[in-house]
Amino acid sequence: MNEQAINKDLKIVSFKGGVHPQKDGKILSKKASIQTAPLLERYQVIVSQNIGAPPKVVVSAGDEVKKGQLLAEAAGFVSVPLHSPTSGKVEGLVDIPGPMGVMTQAISILADGKDEWTELSVSIDWRNSDADTLKKRIMECGIVGMGGAAFPSHVKLSPPPDKKVDYMIINGAECEPYLTADHRVMLEEPEKVLEGAAILGRAAGVKNVVVAVEINKVDAINAMMEKAAQFNVGIVGMKVQYPQGAEKQLIYAVTRRKVPTGALPADVGCIVQNAGTAAAVAEAVNAGIPLIERVTTITGEPVVNPGNWRLRLGTPISEALKLCGGVKCEPGKLILGGPMMGFAQRSTGVSVMKNTSGILLLDKSDVTQYESSPCIRCGRCLEACPMNLQPSALSQLAEAGQYENALKYNVMDCIECGACAFACPAHRPLVQHIRRLKAEIRNRTKKEIKK
Amino acid sequence: MTSTIILSVLALSILGIILGLAIGLISKLFGVATDPKVDLVLELLPGANCGGCGKAGCADFARALVSGEASPGQCPVSSQEVMAQIAQVLGMALEAPDKKIAVVLCGGDIQQTKVKTLYNGVNDCISAMLVAGGPKSCAYGCLGMASCARACPFNAIEIINGLAVVHNELCVGCGVCVKTCPRNLIKLVPAEAKVHIYCSSPEKAALKMKVCNVPCIACRKCVKSGEEGQFTINGFRVEVNYDNYPGEDIVSKAGCPKNCLLTAAQHFEIERNEEAGEVVA
Amino acid sequence: MSEEIKKEIMLPKGEELVLSSSPHIHVTENIQSIMLKVVLAMLPALAAAIWFFGIPALLVIFWCVLFCLVLEIIWCRIAGKPASVVKDGSALVTGLLLAMNLPPVTAWWVCLLGALLAIWLGKQVFGGLGQNPFNPAAVARVGLLIALPRQLTYWIPSSGMTADAANYSEVFYAAADFTKIEQAGQVIDGITCATPLSIAQNTPKILDSGVAAADNFAAIANPESYWQYFIGNMGGSLGETSTLAILIGGIILLSFKLIRWQIPLFYLGTVAVFTGLIHLIWPGVTPPPLFHLLTGGLMLAAFFMATDMVTSPITGRGAAIFGIGLGVMTCVIRIWGGFPEGVSFSILLMNALVPLIERMAKLKPFGFRKPTPAKGA
Repeated sequence: MNEQAINKDLKIVSFKGGVHPQKDGKILSKKASIQTAPLLERYQVIVSQNIGAPPKVVVSAGDEVKKGQLLAEAAGFVSVPLHSPTSGKVEGLVDIPGPMGVMTQAISILADGKDEWTELSVSIDWRNSDADTLKKRIMECGIVGMGGAAFPSHVKLSPPPDKKVDYMIINGAECEPYLTADHRVMLEEPEKVLEGAAILGRAAGVKNVVVAVEINKVDAINAMMEKAAQFNVGIVGMKVQYPQGAEKQLIYAVTRRKVPTGALPADVGCIVQNAGTAAAVAEAVNAGIPLIERVTTITGEPVVNPGNWRLRLGTPISEALKLCGGVKCEPGKLILGGPMMGFAQRSTGVSVMKNTSGILLLDKSDVTQYESSPCIRCGRCLEACPMNLQPSALSQLAEAGQYENALKYNVMDCIECGACAFACPAHRPLVQHIRRLKAEIRNRTKKEIKK
Repeated sequence: MTSTIILSVLALSILGIILGLAIGLISKLFGVATDPKVDLVLELLPGANCGGCGKAGCADFARALVSGEASPGQCPVSSQEVMAQIAQVLGMALEAPDKKIAVVLCGGDIQQTKVKTLYNGVNDCISAMLVAGGPKSCAYGCLGMASCARACPFNAIEIINGLAVVHNELCVGCGVCVKTCPRNLIKLVPAEAKVHIYCSSPEKAALKMKVCNVPCIACRKCVKSGEEGQFTINGFRVEVNYDNYPGEDIVSKAGCPKNCLLTAAQHFEIERNEEAGEVVA
Repeated sequence: MSEEIKKEIMLPKGEELVLSSSPHIHVTENIQSIMLKVVLAMLPALAAAIWFFGIPALLVIFWCVLFCLVLEIIWCRIAGKPASVVKDGSALVTGLLLAMNLPPVTAWWVCLLGALLAIWLGKQVFGGLGQNPFNPAAVARVGLLIALPRQLTYWIPSSGMTADAANYSEVFYAAADFTKIEQAGQVIDGITCATPLSIAQNTPKILDSGVAAADNFAAIANPESYWQYFIGNMGGSLGETSTLAILIGGIILLSFKLIRWQIPLFYLGTVAVFTGLIHLIWPGVTPPPLFHLLTGGLMLAAFFMATDMVTSPITGRGAAIFGIGLGVMTCVIRIWGGFPEGVSFSILLMNALVPLIERMAKLKPFGFRKPTPAKGA
């Protein structure tokens, strides 16, 4: 099949800086249509799946649950509930390896094989309902940012009343190499994404709703452009450049507005939501289906059949890999998320969460051993940094432990996108150095506040 | 020729005198009045600027002492005699604190605790913690990447066998390492307390034994053989009660099955020997 | 059936998984490839040197590279660094740059001294690659110029300038051993030649603006001589003469993004404007700007020496300030200084100012706003 041509009416925008990985790995899985994973015997749903307060578990061992039934309820405003991925029996709380490497609490559910739905909330006629109803439904269905951060969506939709929001941007950039989950969703379910976008726009009281997509997904763009008018949603193309989908960069590319240091997108009148989130919102509002499954890319050179799978929350990585036929050779790295910002894992016992956009295995030959050559001040990192920082200087300050000076180089503005460390010819661990600076500075300010 | 020499010597001498006078005059006119006591105290302080007192260096501490905001006992480094001298200068009574030293409460060196994952990154505990909690299979054990050793202003910590060990004779108990360790393994204990339980993991014994050969499994042998109140049981591990610490004989009396109840000297020796053994093997 | 599939499926054991911080992929470019690209960019200038100065130039290049590599390895041995450090190619680049800064006829021991100054004093005492505040080749050049002024200003004519082109290489090959220069001088007439810059330096300055002043530099600054300067047919250091070859190298450097374009642009621009102004006011004091751009080490410095990544400011604005500073300093030394050429001195001086410039020219982050002093409310 030939690549489709880009529609001439498409506006193509970009930001300043960034990198463009030559080998982006999307070819492995971008042609594989979404498959639904078969029912498993057991799911281990990690309790803390969203940024903010972890939800409060409301089931206990021995309870019978139905598919979509509440497992844990929101604990506070910045928190969302959690629902059961299938019907069956709660085995209890277990400790499983978490995505950050430390053990974390999960609810283990033994499936009964019937996969029966619980009684779902009724459909909402979103075109004629008010914003609060929509926000409430989005919260109740446990919807979070599915691009990676897992920030509760209803919180984003409720900016402080003094901030006037006039732009809703749906992030379909998927700028991370290897990942194709959002691509497939936009291509196969353009109506869902567009409808979700329109619902999100209504919930935030915004007229301008655009879906921004990198132009390496021409088929998805064309599919959506056909339907866009009926939902009154605009489509914007973006140059293929990492990190095009980072919130601040995306807003700048689409609206030319710069989110000031330390401010939120709402300060410049924008709200950004992920394309996968939009699709989940459409399901939640139209059918009352809570967020219990998501499309995840399982890919990497060692994977036998890379593809895009609709996986339920709590699916162990090892089971997910089995769906793809396992591995050809022992991989060098297991990453949750993309290769630029994803987290390396130490075991396959981790389970799929609401923000698991990808399960990536890297070949041993791609896992470069860390060798710190000295900085030769070539300036590649300065060119790559989308935030216009000086990573080379920050890295040296981290090595010298000069935290105060690092603040003068605006270390806290770093979005940890990894473009600098990707581009560094000396292969310096720039991002790790900057993370350390940020962690140390946060600790210090905390201590000062305590005093 | 001679006149030239005399002339130049004269000229330079006069210039020197004039400038000297000028400097003296200016320092008198614009000098900031300081309490002479501050200088006296500063003279007595160790001058390591370790920050163990909580002030920004010895000069800051000296000012705080003179202004009465601090007491000499807050300096963890100074010896008893020095503190007495400082108290004398300040004209105050000295409340004598016990001398404290640091101890790393982990026995999991590279032979005892498995390094589960290959780690590829900055060789520094704090940085390693940021990557999936570090490579060690015990999520509470010493990472052995020497962040504490680098932070120690007295070079009192050595990494032996992938484990941080404190040299008691060098440690002054300033506490910089305590703040540095990302796993909070280091404690300040009375220098007289010789026996420690080298494990800080709060996990269940079964889990600990999977990853480590020398964990505290809370068998309470030590608690039973010791006197009342010498140990406290904290969840799944036993801790030495440093307000009422046991004597050295407890080690032989208790016969710790996991070898994590040791005197500091024994612990040090074990690590040294293991390291030597590794070289031979 | 499911049994069959299960047998085939292999899952990662997880024991060999590597933990590391993101990002997990990197560019293939590394320091070695950067250095090799720099070498590639130097090739046109080196070829021009050999074309115009023959075997002696080749010999100087050989000695400089050899000594630099050997001294680097020796230092690494002594300092306990792995000797494989030499593989990064930085010593090779320094060696070639050093050769380009030496006269075409230079004795081997001068090359050795130069390599010593460049690698040890210029680079390794500061901690090696990336740590040195001064351009190693410029350190060596200035050090040698002060220590051995005679050897370092011993200019030979290019092969295009002598009538006896057939014997050229042979004669100067003999001269390569500096002790035999006297003998060589008896064989061929006009064994030394002045560089255009030293001629300009020695021309008496005329301060009033008469016809004599306008014609003061006519002999060395006319369209015909400009062409010769451009292609490199003149006396001078072996790598600095051919503007054409250096420009080709400069284009290679720029296209690989190995240098910051601000440095050559602002350096050359400042020299052109500065000398242009002086020439306009007092035509008898200095030749026109084109003469300054084409002669001496300016082109070499603007594209290869000043642009050294390690010793030039990392930000674009900093690089511009750096270039302007270089231009002013070079002109001042050329017009009023005691030396005919001032690029190496100005590079060293500006190198020293780099930390200061970088402080001035810090980048402002995306969405930067001045911290508002207002508190409370």
